[in-house]
Amino acid sequence: MPTKGYEPPHCGLCRIELDHVSVKLDSDQLLRDVNLHVHCGQLTVLIGPNGGGKTTLLRAVLGQIPYGGSITHLDTEDRSFPSLRVGYVPQQLPFDKQMPLTVRDLMAATLSNRPIWTGVGEKTRQAALKTLQLAQAQGLIDKRLGALSGGELQRVLLALALNPAPDLLILDEPVSGVDHNGQALFLDTVNALRSQQHMAILMVSHDWTLVREYADLVALIDKTTLIVGTPKEVFESDAFAAAYPHMHGSGEGLQ
Amino acid sequence: MNSIYFLMDKLLPFEAFSFTFMKNALIALLLLTPLLALFGTMAVNRRMAFFSDALGHSALAGAGIGMLLGFSNLTITLICFGLVWALLINRINRSGGASADTNISVFSSTGIALGLVLLSQNSNFSKYSSLLVGDVLAINANDLTWLLISLLGGLICWALVYNPLLLTAVNPQLAQSRGIKTRIVEDVFVCLVAIAVMLSIRWVGVLLINALLILPAAAGRNVSKTAPQHALFSVIISLLSGIIGLIAAFYLGSSVGAAVVLCAALFYALSLLLRRIMNIAG
Repeated sequence: MPTKGYEPPHCGLCRIELDHVSVKLDSDQLLRDVNLHVHCGQLTVLIGPNGGGKTTLLRAVLGQIPYGGSITHLDTEDRSFPSLRVGYVPQQLPFDKQMPLTVRDLMAATLSNRPIWTGVGEKTRQAALKTLQLAQAQGLIDKRLGALSGGELQRVLLALALNPAPDLLILDEPVSGVDHNGQALFLDTVNALRSQQHMAILMVSHDWTLVREYADLVALIDKTTLIVGTPKEVFESDAFAAAYPHMHGSGEGLQ
Repeated sequence: MNSIYFLMDKLLPFEAFSFTFMKNALIALLLLTPLLALFGTMAVNRRMAFFSDALGHSALAGAGIGMLLGFSNLTITLICFGLVWALLINRINRSGGASADTNISVFSSTGIALGLVLLSQNSNFSKYSSLLVGDVLAINANDLTWLLISLLGGLICWALVYNPLLLTAVNPQLAQSRGIKTRIVEDVFVCLVAIAVMLSIRWVGVLLINALLILPAAAGRNVSKTAPQHALFSVIISLLSGIIGLIAAFYLGSSVGAAVVLCAALFYALSLLLRRIMNIAG
């Protein structure tokens, strides 16, 4: 296992740069010197053991917890943008399934300043449809949120995260517990966002098959960045073998 | 005011409404119940029925403190104490430890006990027992003006805070990821509920105030699919309960607040039935 922290090479692409990001909670060092470049038009997948700080890192990027180091948004000429707009799709959103609330209501609450209890205007409905379309969820607009299947709910949450258009899209195990068709539809949608909208995407996943198929870059995190590389590089690394001993042996179980 | 009374005479040709106090009571209920029902939709969605119950009970303590300080108008101390109580419950719930229902129960009984100790000094409690059941028939035109102002103020606040509050109610983490300050939103909500409850206490009473908040919204929820429907049905149910309850109380000679709540309870039972029928139909 490398003792020296990972240092990303200079790349000259539009990116979100995490530089020596550290998080301390009371006396616990949850993360130390995390270095990672998340590039536009690429899907970067975070992997790592439970308790290794993946969720903590996401919360730092979301600005929900204080952190040391820096997170900057840079363009192709290394000029930094003043702000970083992050879209977030949580893992299996827990909510009250009986709540009288449709997909339209949820979208409208984020798209319009008009309080939803007074109703939803036609203009807002059209805007909601347009956003839902980005996540192939336009057919769900009049469904109650609690009546959606796991995959449908994730696509609605994806649509929600796409407005306002984010610089960085964060997906926290978005398809765990979603059936096979739902998974494929969700990831194809994400794929389209990557290639057509040139969005920077950071996803947490434990599904090695998905990681191999979709990831441009994989980052193995356990308190710090252990290794960053293509799926092949990471899966064949010593660091990966040490973190996932049962997976060891020329990548079997990864095929 | 006289033109309103005149209009009511034309519109409501019932013997009951030939009395000015009945007209005033009707106006009061039409102003009070819809706002409580609107706030109630969120209290029900956020599973805060017990919370608002504790808040209502704390009115006794607010009144006790007001009396101790020698105030003739208790509304100010009621509201101040309600705000402190509401924010304190929120704060303690967030700090972890005991479960929310335990915390709320502690606050509920503390509020009642503190109020009873203060108000029963010199065996004087009977003077304040009207706090328990309230008396909407005693409301006058001046009070109505204040209620109207409160309703308008409440609606404006509700319009401003509703969307972020709705997202917070769905899931706080999701709301936070969209830049919503969920704690502030939650605190604003409990403050609004506290103010609405305290302004209604004199007319509805400590014992039944929570029912006006929760019952119409719970009934409305049973028959709603969308958020606007929930608001609309809850308000309609609260208005109907107010009108029917007032008329029933007049002919039965019973407490108005209690009759209104019974009426709302009937609507709740109906909504349960309706929900079953709608579900069977698909």
